[in-house]
Amino acid sequence: MSADTPVKNDHDGNDNPPVDGSELIRFDKVTKRFGSNTVLDELDFSVASGKHVTLIGPSGSGKTTILRLLMTLVKPDEGTIKVGDNYLFHERRNGHLAPAGEKHIREVRKNIGMVFQQFNLFPNMKVLRNITEAPVTVLGLSKDEAEQRARELLELVGLTEHLDKYPTQLSGGQQQRVAIARALAMRPQVLLLDEVTSALDPELVAGVLDVLRDIARTTDITMLCVTHEMNFARDISDQVLMFDSGRVIESGPPEKIFSEPEQDRTREFLSAIL
Amino acid sequence: MNWDWQVVDDFMPRFWDGVLVTLQALAIGTLISFALGLVWALAQRSPLVWVRWPVTAVTEFIRNTPLLVQLFFLFYVVPNFGPSMSPLTTGIVGLGLHYSTYTAEVYRAGIEGVPAGQWEAATALSLSRSRTWRAVILPQAIRRVVPPLGNYVVAMLKDSPMIATIGAFDMLGEAQAFSNETFTTEALTVVGVAFIVIAYPASLLIRALERRLVR
Amino acid sequence: MMSSEFFTTWFLPGIWVTIQVTVYAAALGAVVAFGIGLARASQYWIVRFLAGVYFEIFRGTSALVLMFWMFFALPLFGWQLAPMWAGVSALGLTYGAYGSEVVRGSLAAVSPAQKEAGIALNFTRWQRLRLIELPQAWPEMVPPFNNLLIELMKGTALVSVITVADMTFAGNLLRLGTNETTPVYTLLLVLYFVLAFLITRGMRVLERKAKAGIGQQPEKRGGITAKTGARGESLQAGAPSAGGVR
Repeated sequence: MSADTPVKNDHDGNDNPPVDGSELIRFDKVTKRFGSNTVLDELDFSVASGKHVTLIGPSGSGKTTILRLLMTLVKPDEGTIKVGDNYLFHERRNGHLAPAGEKHIREVRKNIGMVFQQFNLFPNMKVLRNITEAPVTVLGLSKDEAEQRARELLELVGLTEHLDKYPTQLSGGQQQRVAIARALAMRPQVLLLDEVTSALDPELVAGVLDVLRDIARTTDITMLCVTHEMNFARDISDQVLMFDSGRVIESGPPEKIFSEPEQDRTREFLSAIL
Repeated sequence: MNWDWQVVDDFMPRFWDGVLVTLQALAIGTLISFALGLVWALAQRSPLVWVRWPVTAVTEFIRNTPLLVQLFFLFYVVPNFGPSMSPLTTGIVGLGLHYSTYTAEVYRAGIEGVPAGQWEAATALSLSRSRTWRAVILPQAIRRVVPPLGNYVVAMLKDSPMIATIGAFDMLGEAQAFSNETFTTEALTVVGVAFIVIAYPASLLIRALERRLVR
Repeated sequence: MMSSEFFTTWFLPGIWVTIQVTVYAAALGAVVAFGIGLARASQYWIVRFLAGVYFEIFRGTSALVLMFWMFFALPLFGWQLAPMWAGVSALGLTYGAYGSEVVRGSLAAVSPAQKEAGIALNFTRWQRLRLIELPQAWPEMVPPFNNLLIELMKGTALVSVITVADMTFAGNLLRLGTNETTPVYTLLLVLYFVLAFLITRGMRVLERKAKAGIGQQPEKRGGITAKTGARGESLQAGAPSAGGVR
């Protein structure tokens, strides 16, 4: 597993910490409410750089909210989230921690990529442009560089021959593999995977998971993964976090969590879905 | 610029006359368009090709040509071989006829918008045909039909000053006549504002209605 | 009957003027529609508010009264507009207001997931709008825009009232000169219908192209205009109504 030997470090990120197993993500007393429903309740946890972490737990336990917070799709009500040395939603101003402006958020967000349950490819762009658009407009790569990068990634996900098609012309599994390539093209340090196989027909799941296993094995990217595929979680994870009611109730290496969980709640959950 | 409130004051009696004529044209025009539109809509659903086709052609033609020219046609051409009508009557007929081609579409969409499953459910419960219409289809269709019909009434209000061009003394007709006699323009401004003042609450009302009805 | 001389000196140029007024007013209307439509989706409340005020005012305005006002009253404010530009402005400003509702509604109908995907790739708000939201909303805008364009084309007949020599103006002149009212106004109505037909054809092509640009097939639709939502007024519920929108 990637934990032992980080392969290389070629992020576009500038002053980011190197991949050395140091802390990359830290949630500090993060609370998130939707109306009167408290989804995350003073949540603390951290993820070390290069690790592959899987979040499990019953639906509504706040797993997806964690990913959406990290992607800045929702804002926390209280608490802080740190990515590397920077706060995600706050910036230091005159020694105080103030709500961050759009510019600061974009700077920190550069290090994070996400793959969605529903793929969310851009239907108005062909496959190649889905992948190259953000590297060109956001990172400022030349068109040639971006296409070069996209072709390599399409090869990685096994879709080279489809680069000139519209997303609607692809199967769900193919779309999801394009979405993975699109996220990787930004060379993020952290890849968020939000139930990436839940919307797929059963026979298409394996192809997507194989691609992700490949990425987990050959890169040093940090992965945060919400999934119901327990075999996949066992394969790629360094660490599994069990959530219930917006709190981490148990964590550890997959062997331990899946074979001899300490908490009854974890045991119940696992026996219900395995 | 010179704004003279005295001119506005002098215009007021005639303004109110014009408001009355406009509202009268709007009310009768609305009645005509609502009734005639229903006739068109039902005719377009007719199983007989020789009813369906000509009605569709005529309504398409009327909807895709300017109301202003239709008013001229009604006022200058129709008397050659038909009844001669006063400017106001011509205007009301023109407004009603023109907008009936829009309300026909509203009715059609309202009826077709009731899901097929509703007809099937009514059949499954062996409701009679008239009971199906009264208890199932119409109550659902009316919810869809009322807001767009209301919008067309507002649209008709805004098109109603066109009847001034054939000599009717609605709000615009009065303002025009007054301005010509006095060489002033305040009356036009008053009428312009009056349209906004009438149309805005009307469209607020329709939006409120829409929120209540469309669920 | 209509003399050929009259036809070439008044009617043909009249057709040309009608087309010109339609094109100019449509261009102004498009600018207003996108400007106000985007402003109504702004993140700043003051921008949304001002754009909303514009929308409400011009939605409640009668195009003919506005045209008269621009022609007769505006000069007193020190603004003299040539008759044709008074007509073009009045039409463009009012139909642009309806168009802004189409733009706003179509943008609002773009799936929020697409916006999230844009954020995940770190696009700025403007980049998301330009690269993702507008291109996806565009095919949804074309059918209601077709209806508005036909309404606007019909509205151009109003310019004849403020002495612009469009084809309705030519028709009225001919009536005064010859009293041959039946052929004149019949021909006039047919000409407008032909223009409406051509506009619809053109917009169909545009719609097919727009849908192909996002990998979709256009759907079949009967009639010369889309069947419902034939006027901007019925579009206010947010997303464009039934008229050929998914």
